[in-house]
Amino acid sequence: MTVKLGVPSKGRLMEKTFEWFAKRGVHLSRTGSDREYAGEVSGVDCVSLVLLSAGEMPRELAAGRIHLGVTGTDLVHEKLPRWEQQVEPVAEMGFGHADLILAVPQGWVDVDLTEDLDAVAAVFRARHGFRLRIATKYHRLVRDFLRDAGVADYALVDSQGATEGTVANETAEAIADITSSGETLRANHLKVLSDGLILASQATLWRSRVAEVSDADRQILRGLLERLR
Amino acid sequence: MTDARTRALALRDGFVAQGGVIVEPPILQSAELLLDLYGEDIRARAYVTSDALRGEQMLRPDFTVPVVQMHMAHGAEPARYTYAGEVFRRQEDDPDRANEYLQTGYEVFDRADPAAADAEVFALISQAVTHLDLRAATGDIGILLAAVDGLRTTDRRKEALRRHIWRPRRFRALLDRFAGRAPLPSSRAALLAGDVPNEAPLTGMRTQTEIDDRIAALRADAQEPPISAAEMDSLDALLAVRETLPFAVQQLRNLSADLPAIVPAVRRVDQRIDALAKRGVDVDQLGFETSFGRTSMEYYDGFVFGLYAEARPDLPAIASGGRYDALTRRLGNGQEIPAVGGVLRPGLVAQLEAAS
Repeated sequence: MTVKLGVPSKGRLMEKTFEWFAKRGVHLSRTGSDREYAGEVSGVDCVSLVLLSAGEMPRELAAGRIHLGVTGTDLVHEKLPRWEQQVEPVAEMGFGHADLILAVPQGWVDVDLTEDLDAVAAVFRARHGFRLRIATKYHRLVRDFLRDAGVADYALVDSQGATEGTVANETAEAIADITSSGETLRANHLKVLSDGLILASQATLWRSRVAEVSDADRQILRGLLERLR
Repeated sequence: MTDARTRALALRDGFVAQGGVIVEPPILQSAELLLDLYGEDIRARAYVTSDALRGEQMLRPDFTVPVVQMHMAHGAEPARYTYAGEVFRRQEDDPDRANEYLQTGYEVFDRADPAAADAEVFALISQAVTHLDLRAATGDIGILLAAVDGLRTTDRRKEALRRHIWRPRRFRALLDRFAGRAPLPSSRAALLAGDVPNEAPLTGMRTQTEIDDRIAALRADAQEPPISAAEMDSLDALLAVRETLPFAVQQLRNLSADLPAIVPAVRRVDQRIDALAKRGVDVDQLGFETSFGRTSMEYYDGFVFGLYAEARPDLPAIASGGRYDALTRRLGNGQEIPAVGGVLRPGLVAQLEAAS
């Protein structure tokens, strides 16, 4: 009977998460050597820490292997179809802000809105013989967004890193990626479309709707959530 | 054998008795072709797999595309085909919807009499499930296509509208823009005024010429008069037609006084009514909506229909189909042939039969 809490296993996201919990009287820490992914919780009883990569958190929550978990809105929305039925947001944590946006070359002075992108895609396909390519790793979110926006004649190309460089390298015409300050975009001569905000993301504490909870767990969980909300 | 499979084969036997030749297209289809036809949206609906030799393949999301390909490659005319087998649809939103189910279909490639072919497909499919007392909905994408073609505006605007016929919201936004009903976005106004500073070097494959061409096209478009209020009213009235067939065609005829471009398309509806009546379809009770079929797959460009179980609004269409002349042109390498077809879902048919 313990409640399992998943937190990001390294970096700034982990540190910020530890600080956020500490402010609420729940002290998280890593144990053992720097390389060992083990941790402990003090300040509350019967809560155990699970250190995970933020990208795996949605899957673990949806599988019910952890009761609570910290990860970005973007990852939950991308990886979990009908996420509302599998997880519930408990608290937005106020850090890890990142927006998933659609960006095109700054030199495209004629393009400011998704409707411009759609018109350009039609002509681009006719001229170049292939569909306008958008590099991203957020396939589902981007596709849903573009369908809602009524954009056609594009193709998504997978890019797992250095996505801002794909346009200059001529492997894509536009990109959809996470940005926080926009500096990398500007450095790569890209601009965000005025209506190109796909999702505003931040670190969020989620509760699994499917994890099994015994009566004792429920007590623990309730106590913990009261301190955290 | 499951009930659904027994039902699928029995339905196919029925179409064989009407002259359908059995075909069995492969389950794996070229992803390239389907992507070319439908764009990226197909990835949300079809399962993609791949190997190092053939690249991306899709599990067939329907039979129509492979049957058309097969016919255009080596089919004799006229031709009638039937098939029964699984189709695969990715479901990302609703776990209650099947991702693998049976379809039994009937497709007619015949230039002689399109109205008779429309009626043949509709009649055979609806009569195969007449005992289920389904509600039929029909429409005709050709009416809207003709109305767009006939608008008194530029070819560029008409082309933009045609491209979004199957995306009603975008279509409406474009129409409102072209009619001057929607305000020009401020960024567009600034662009037209030559007021968009840019210092950055141009990156990527889209060239400065392409950008300049589009700006020139937008400036030229800004000089064009808006689509008239009268034409917009007629178009709105056209899109709102929703009646039983005899009343619907009367409304269409009245509207064709203001939209003369739709006259031939309305005549085709008339001819179809006669052909349906000859096939024993109760046309007086048959519903017609101009907007029907605009959110389904893009290949239908004429007659469209669907059959629904009214007592089971949770179920998708039990049968659906339509005319897809343009698809034969796309897949025909210069050849084309008028074609119409439809499918039943034997699994749902068996389910409804078991319940009644």
